[in-house]
Amino acid sequence: MSIPKICGIETEYGIIAKGMDASAVTASSLLINSYVGRFDKNVGWDFKDEQPGNDARGLSLDDSFPPEIEMHLVNTVLTNGARYYVDHAHPEVSTPECRSVDEALIFDRAGEEIVRQSMIAAKSFLPEGAELIAYKNNSDGKGNSYGCHENYLLARALPFAKMAALITTHFVTRQVFCGAGKVGTEFESMPNESVAFQLSQRADFFEEEVGLETTLKRPIVNTRDEPHCDPTKYRRLHVIVGDANMSEVATYLKLGTTAILLSMIEDDQLPEDLLLLNPVPAIRQISHDPTLRQAILLENDKRMTALEIQESLYQYAERYANSFGLESVGQTTGENILRRWREVIEGLQSDPLSVAHIVDWVAKKRIIDGLVTRHNLRDTDAKLKAVDLQYHDMRPDKCLALRAGLETLVSQRQALDACTAPPESTRAYFRGKCLEKWPNDVVAANWDSVVFDIGSGPLKRIPMIEPLRGTKAMTEELFDRCLTPSDLISALGDAVTSSSFKPSN
Amino acid sequence: MPETTRKQKPTKVKTKADTVDETKPAVNSEKLISELDDLLDEIDEVLESNAEDFVKNYVQKGGQ
Repeated sequence: MSIPKICGIETEYGIIAKGMDASAVTASSLLINSYVGRFDKNVGWDFKDEQPGNDARGLSLDDSFPPEIEMHLVNTVLTNGARYYVDHAHPEVSTPECRSVDEALIFDRAGEEIVRQSMIAAKSFLPEGAELIAYKNNSDGKGNSYGCHENYLLARALPFAKMAALITTHFVTRQVFCGAGKVGTEFESMPNESVAFQLSQRADFFEEEVGLETTLKRPIVNTRDEPHCDPTKYRRLHVIVGDANMSEVATYLKLGTTAILLSMIEDDQLPEDLLLLNPVPAIRQISHDPTLRQAILLENDKRMTALEIQESLYQYAERYANSFGLESVGQTTGENILRRWREVIEGLQSDPLSVAHIVDWVAKKRIIDGLVTRHNLRDTDAKLKAVDLQYHDMRPDKCLALRAGLETLVSQRQALDACTAPPESTRAYFRGKCLEKWPNDVVAANWDSVVFDIGSGPLKRIPMIEPLRGTKAMTEELFDRCLTPSDLISALGDAVTSSSFKPSN
Repeated sequence: MPETTRKQKPTKVKTKADTVDETKPAVNSEKLISELDDLLDEIDEVLESNAEDFVKNYVQKGGQ
């Protein structure tokens, strides 16, 4: 039976320092420090279990470049269970691990609010006229891309190669509804203006079907094997192929459809008749055709459009839901995902403009086409590229996505609450509550442990290798009962170990 | 999570049932055009004034 699809989103934001000289790393550090500096204590990240070089296929690393861990950069953990840090010259928010797609969406929205609050806080430290501006997009239009990653809990027993082959079809075609849209192309052998508008921010940057890299020769399926939990029971699929979405419904669909299809693969219920012959060129061909008519070749010699493939995937998912249920994503949530998945496919089939309130690339293209007509602009006019960038501007008074009539699923209140309160249904609750209750005693935290300094003896490390333990239901009473970290350590007994964590700053 | 507060709805979501009902006007095109006009007015107002410089200066380091 498929396991709970615990999931999260890791977003690298674009960043510009306006009215001041600052490198991207300095600007990112300033942004994050401005936010965490508002609180008394900056809790460090414990790198003990970081292994981004581990490959899910068990291969040697001779031909690839595993990501390096940048321990010297700003890196902190928030009371909502999220990680907020500088990654490769970008500010990145990793949401806490969530039991449902609804929760993950709320925490992705909270991430946006945290970045907005950081921009406001930074302004008060900077000289008159200077500001830091963040963009929730994935490319600068000049060949530089940065990611919006998703992660999903999988059973370790599931053979990786089989899963990779099956999910690739979805990763190549789901951009019809979760592409964020882009003016021009950045594919290396094509002139930028040879594509006026494409579905995806990221599609130009994928060169391999499966692999370990994330910053060059990017693969459609990433093999990074860092479960951040019990490695004998779980995998954590690290998905690097997606765009950062401004549309909440697009984020919801991106996570939801992927979680359901992964559950189907775990239950051996996704047929193999939709495997693609050439996924790498296909992801680009689909992205480069906003008419959605481009057919791509399947392994079985059939030709189908991305939309036809999505319709087939949807039908398989509906059949799966009827016979297996959708408990792995939550039954009610699962039914909502299926309904919205069907609606977006039908909308794109009849008239893409009918889903301009849901699909980012359609909303963006509607603005661009409107401006072209109104001002009689050429496809290459800088104004259109400005619209492309400004759609993702995190300043509410400048953001075009906020003006595009997008449907919302999360209230502002929910997003703001989630900036400080953790999700209640995973171990993120335990992490967040420890930080909220004892900010001066927690010296470090990471996904699967919290390290305390209780004043005497070695540091104490509380491991959290089960993502579904440490929930509110399981620990609320414990937090009520324990007045000090020492009480907590005593209460947990043998589970606590000594830690050799040394603060890096 | 509450299912949906919609800020503004540019067009009606068509279901299959809608698309086969030929007697019903598919969309109110005048309303759509005026909505788009309002949106474009607002966008013209907030769009960075020197688009060329703004686009040129938006340079990022590659990330993951």
